[in-house]
Amino acid sequence: MNASYKRHYLINLAGIAVLFALLCLLVDTGILGRRTEYIKGLAIIGMYSIIMVCSLNLLTGYMGEFSLGHAGFMSIGAYSAAIFTSLLALYEISIPAPILFVISLIIAGAVAAVFGIIVGIPALRLRGDYLCIVTVAVAEIIRVMLCNLSIPAITGSSTFGKSFAGIPKIADFHYVFIATVICVTLMYMYIRSRFGRAVIAIREDYIAASASGLNVTKHKVMTFTISAFFAGVSGAIYALSITSLLPTYFSFSKSSEFLAMVIMGGSGSMTGSIVAAPILSALPQIISYVNADFASYRMLIYAVLLIVIMIFKPSGIFGSYEFSLERLIDKLSGRNKVKAVTATGGASTEVSTTAAGKDDIGEVK
Amino acid sequence: MSETKTHVLETKGLGIAFGGLKANNDVNIVIDEGELIGLIGPNGAGKTTFFNLITGVYQPTEGSYYLNGTKMNGKTTYQVVEAGIARTFQNIRLFKKMSVLDNVRVAFNKDMKASLFDSFLRTRRYREEEARIYGKAMELLQMFDLDKYADQAAENLPYGQQRRLEIVRALATDMKLLLLDEPAAGMNPTETEQLLHSIRMIREHFHIPVLLIEHDMSLVMNVCERIYVLNFGEILASGTPSEIAQNPEVIEAYLGKEA
Repeated sequence: MNASYKRHYLINLAGIAVLFALLCLLVDTGILGRRTEYIKGLAIIGMYSIIMVCSLNLLTGYMGEFSLGHAGFMSIGAYSAAIFTSLLALYEISIPAPILFVISLIIAGAVAAVFGIIVGIPALRLRGDYLCIVTVAVAEIIRVMLCNLSIPAITGSSTFGKSFAGIPKIADFHYVFIATVICVTLMYMYIRSRFGRAVIAIREDYIAASASGLNVTKHKVMTFTISAFFAGVSGAIYALSITSLLPTYFSFSKSSEFLAMVIMGGSGSMTGSIVAAPILSALPQIISYVNADFASYRMLIYAVLLIVIMIFKPSGIFGSYEFSLERLIDKLSGRNKVKAVTATGGASTEVSTTAAGKDDIGEVK
Repeated sequence: MSETKTHVLETKGLGIAFGGLKANNDVNIVIDEGELIGLIGPNGAGKTTFFNLITGVYQPTEGSYYLNGTKMNGKTTYQVVEAGIARTFQNIRLFKKMSVLDNVRVAFNKDMKASLFDSFLRTRRYREEEARIYGKAMELLQMFDLDKYADQAAENLPYGQQRRLEIVRALATDMKLLLLDEPAAGMNPTETEQLLHSIRMIREHFHIPVLLIEHDMSLVMNVCERIYVLNFGEILASGTPSEIAQNPEVIEAYLGKEA
């Protein structure tokens, strides 16, 4: 059994390494010429969107509760990271960029998770539409709070008002890639563990779940918190790559955009989120790059796309399918040992992370 | 009063009122080790309400109930399950989109100790535990002849097997008392026969008492050792199947008064 685990990890790790090498080749050697920086930027947008959409998928796809306020948690992460790095700059504490990056992400995630617990415990007594409305309200509260936050008082004169500028740009392409792989892997591990099983069972039938000995509230709050954590991480990457923040960016429409990505990709499929997030988040950028006038039509394209998908494939592009590199290799090489791993440990993990990179390629191209 | 002996389940004057309606009133039931007890009564008599009362879905407004001598009032559903009362539902409640195997594995969750950290990092402890639970779940499925469907979605099973899977899931919670709510409802004679077989097997292998709500009189009369009859939320009669079959009050409750 251990051998199959090792093979499994090895294949996925190799897949990620190859992908990473390919991407590095693309962005570091300068074969893309003058557009390299622009494409790097797009790739980073795609990657933090992946984290964001996957975290929302935990709620929507696996727990079966709609959240229309996930941008709220993202903004908390973004502001936490921004304040933290600005404070360090203010007191002239210099930490090497990779370490600073990691610490910022963890702090951002932790603060968002704390908010997740605070919101989750009362809000998760509600279900369905009612919970959805509460999440909208929470995101609005957070946004208004940030609009009135007096940041100069916290970080000195380098920043001003409700908006935030001058955040150190430490979200390097390579760090972000690694962070994305780790985040997606962790989320996938969660879903494929006993906790994930519990959450899916609650989605399917919460009465039967509690009659099977599951503490429904505990598992829901836990999932909500983890989801908030990764939304916060995503926000931190956003802040550290864009370097300036406006509370209005994290609006209701941003939340619904993320939700649309989850549904288009397939709620309940990490692969779906990983494919849909970069494509849909980079789409408006690419559109406006090609033709600036067309950028304002992106919501129209969105709407039409959503309607078409909902009519022809209501479960989203991928449904609940998960891509597995190992399965693909087995298929190509004619090995018939496919199910062994999922059966013994329920751990066909990390697979999706390789898929993660895959569409980064697609997006970069 | 039998204070010297603790029963597996004992209810003392258990009752619940929804506003003015007393859905259960002064219900006294005793179940001992290894017994198979039937709970019958006309529609709306309060049988399922009684199940809901002793599984923490409703909180009793009167009286109390004890599992192996421990007072259970005020416990929530999952705490009741942890204490050892497992149930099935009148209308099947499976985790439809999950595999048959996962349906059973979910019920093992309360025995699993691997932390969030273990799950994230897939530690040795996590893997060993998963392997152990997989083995236990497959063993249970095998006993009930469901192992060949382990990877199928639960919703794709035929009706009779869905019922059986629900029983397997309940058994996976490692209970001390099993409650079956109309397990034979909607079954054809062959499926009922299989159900009988399953119930016998549960008693042989698990040695646990079973409380059965059932409308299928031939099934109840066939397997139950004692029967309680509920009517308008109160216990109308109790006794062996033959006593119940001849009890004029029971016949009246079911068929009405002779003209």
